Amino acid sequence: MTFLGWLTIFLFAVCLTALALPLGRYMAAVYTGEHTFMDRVLGGPERLLYRVLRVDPNRGQDWKAYAKSLIIFSVAGWLLLYFILRTQTLWNWTGLNPEHFHSAPWNVTFNTTSSFLTNTNWQFYGGETTMSYFSQMVGLTVQNFISPAVGIVVAVALIRGIIGRSGKSLGNFWHDMVRTILYVLLPISILAALVLVFQGSIQNFASYVTVHGITGLTQTIGMGPVASQEAIKMLGTNGGGFFNVNSAHPFENPSGFTNFFEMLLVLIIPAALVFMYGRITGNRRQGYAIYSAMMIMFLGAVIVAYIAEAHGSPAQHAAGLHTAVTHGSTGGNLEGKEQRFGIAGSALFNVVTTVTSCGAVNSALESFTGIGGAIPFANLSASEVIFGGVGTGLYSILLYVLLAVFLGGLMVGRTPEYLGKKIEAREIKLISLGILITPLAALFCTALGTASAAGRASISSVAAGGPQGFSETFYAYLSQANNNGSAFAGYTGFIQPNAGNLGSHGITFANLVGGFDMLFARYAPILFALAVGGALAGKRISPAGLGTMRTDNPTFVVLLIGVIILVGALTFFPALLLGPIVQGLTGHLYG
Amino acid sequence: MRKDIVTSAIGIIVLTLLLGVLYPLVITGVSQVAFPGNANGQKIFRDGKLVGSKIIGQQFATPVINPKTGKVKLDSDGNPVTKPDPRYFQSRPSGTVPPYNAAATTFANLGPNSVLTKQAIVANIKAYLALEKPYDPALTTGKVPVDAADTSASGIDPDISPANADIQAHRIAAVRHLPMSQVMSLISTYTHGRGLGFSGEPGVNVLQLNLALDRLQGSH
Repeated sequence: MTFLGWLTIFLFAVCLTALALPLGRYMAAVYTGEHTFMDRVLGGPERLLYRVLRVDPNRGQDWKAYAKSLIIFSVAGWLLLYFILRTQTLWNWTGLNPEHFHSAPWNVTFNTTSSFLTNTNWQFYGGETTMSYFSQMVGLTVQNFISPAVGIVVAVALIRGIIGRSGKSLGNFWHDMVRTILYVLLPISILAALVLVFQGSIQNFASYVTVHGITGLTQTIGMGPVASQEAIKMLGTNGGGFFNVNSAHPFENPSGFTNFFEMLLVLIIPAALVFMYGRITGNRRQGYAIYSAMMIMFLGAVIVAYIAEAHGSPAQHAAGLHTAVTHGSTGGNLEGKEQRFGIAGSALFNVVTTVTSCGAVNSALESFTGIGGAIPFANLSASEVIFGGVGTGLYSILLYVLLAVFLGGLMVGRTPEYLGKKIEAREIKLISLGILITPLAALFCTALGTASAAGRASISSVAAGGPQGFSETFYAYLSQANNNGSAFAGYTGFIQPNAGNLGSHGITFANLVGGFDMLFARYAPILFALAVGGALAGKRISPAGLGTMRTDNPTFVVLLIGVIILVGALTFFPALLLGPIVQGLTGHLYG
Repeated sequence: MRKDIVTSAIGIIVLTLLLGVLYPLVITGVSQVAFPGNANGQKIFRDGKLVGSKIIGQQFATPVINPKTGKVKLDSDGNPVTKPDPRYFQSRPSGTVPPYNAAATTFANLGPNSVLTKQAIVANIKAYLALEKPYDPALTTGKVPVDAADTSASGIDPDISPANADIQAHRIAAVRHLPMSQVMSLISTYTHGRGLGFSGEPGVNVLQLNLALDRLQGSH
């Protein structure tokens, strides 16, 4: 560990908070229809879009109508993306498939399509060996925008339900969708993509180039429109890399600076949404309380991961390698990490992308130490509420907030109320289901994947014969259920025997189970969150009295953290013990 | 229901045109005008020939010739067998096939508690010592920097650590008959610092350093 490593982590938290505060204020204006400085530029295109879509943005929808629009729009997106990916060679006339890649098999495409629709971006394919530039741009990049927008609109609708004073309306789905993309995602992406190119990312449509190295070896280098996709991949907490090694690739993430910048991109919207929440509810302290809970858990995770990775791995020590920091050397577990990011930059990056639903990686999670690798596990086990995905993080933690209010109410023996609204039996049922459905999907699929021979076919040969094989499987379905998309990448669903991708095939079991895992664990909680919003929308607001439990003070922050950890631990502890914790506690080598 | 279907169909097509076509085209256009070097991959030419990208690592090895057939030896996958070229600084171990394959990047995915990981690290240390120890007799296993023994993430890491470069400098100075001080000063020329002064780690760009060595000696 180094002073500069700790400084990086500290400055990251400071920069994040400083940037998220004004963005939260701006986003509150975007969703409450107040004037923003972007109106003059974007007002025209916005009205044009409503006319083309033939929707009235002011027509309110109750939760069922809102959910219906969301689901039908998602189905349309799924069908189009599946079509584009399966007909990859049909689009060769555009010149955007210079390597003449064939489509991936149907089962891999099912997995990929479901994965980009649900903001997971799990990748059972290698970007630069499977996808044409056309598929990357016209297919994947589009869902990189739409899937986080869906997350945000659900969070906004739930907030409207919580603060609604009359009627049943949660807002208008199309209005929220259009404004999210035009006012939030697109402007920041354009700016970020240009910063990335300025700092060394590539952005072109050229064929792969072959270079003749100075010792006589040749090397072929993958090209493509990388920066435009990288920007929204991070900002939308998507995480699907243009290249197979994701943000470890120098073209995606060229330097220590871009590494810091990309981490900020990932967390900026999830953090801003919390401040936005405080503003929309008219009590900023509510936002600060939730932000504190998130930040405390986040920093805890980073600190543990950094210490574990700086310590080094049992395999390194058994090989006689010294892992202390020395002059000019990073020390620590540099296996599967890039020199330019070092230990702190890799540990921080992977915590940032696993607390959110981003799932981008700049180093190999599979090679993280047992405890370092257990941190991503723990983050996923907490159901991605530590900042969480764009939108999903906020609506998920709001469900936990309501649960904490309920438990708190039971402790003091009063009817639980949140912001003046009574939390009753119907809401608590919906909240519990919304919270438990993701763990259920993850554990069910892991059990299937471990117990069946078809499932075990996906475990990498390097990991076979030890707890790592179980960790890989568990992580795969946990990550897909949480719509994260990071991986212990030895776990595979796609076999590509040679360069070029003709003759590649998918492992049907892993692709299908994973695909259903993602779809189920994405849309079921969305429906429950909207239903909770609908149930709360019509309720009367009773004035706060002396006995009302405060939800904006440190006591509540502690209660909230306790509830999140308790639910995560109760559901996942047995499984965590079998995998990463066994590895973290032993110096034994398996194989 | 019907209205939602029509709106969704129009919506997904309009958004595809906006976000999937217009947005990448605009970014490409602006990048190609404002930052053409970066946008096209920071290519490096020597004598008019493309020798690499500044930010993509390479392997500095020569193919092994089979003495019987006079042809390049191939491994079981059909890739040429190579040995490190002692005249050049060597990059980090790579997990791609063949090493430093920038058209099919992959993690090595070596687990922290795996016997195979230990074996891979032991082999990397052995190869490193075999190459460097003759020129730096004080070098021991315990002094091998982690970046020289651990596989990189991308498999195409363009950098090595300054400590790693300093050790290899002994070999370079001896093989190329250069004063040590001159090699060290070249290393510091091609060492980049941390982002904003704190983010990440310093690294030595191996390709640029090797090209500079060749330039210095006028072989190119």
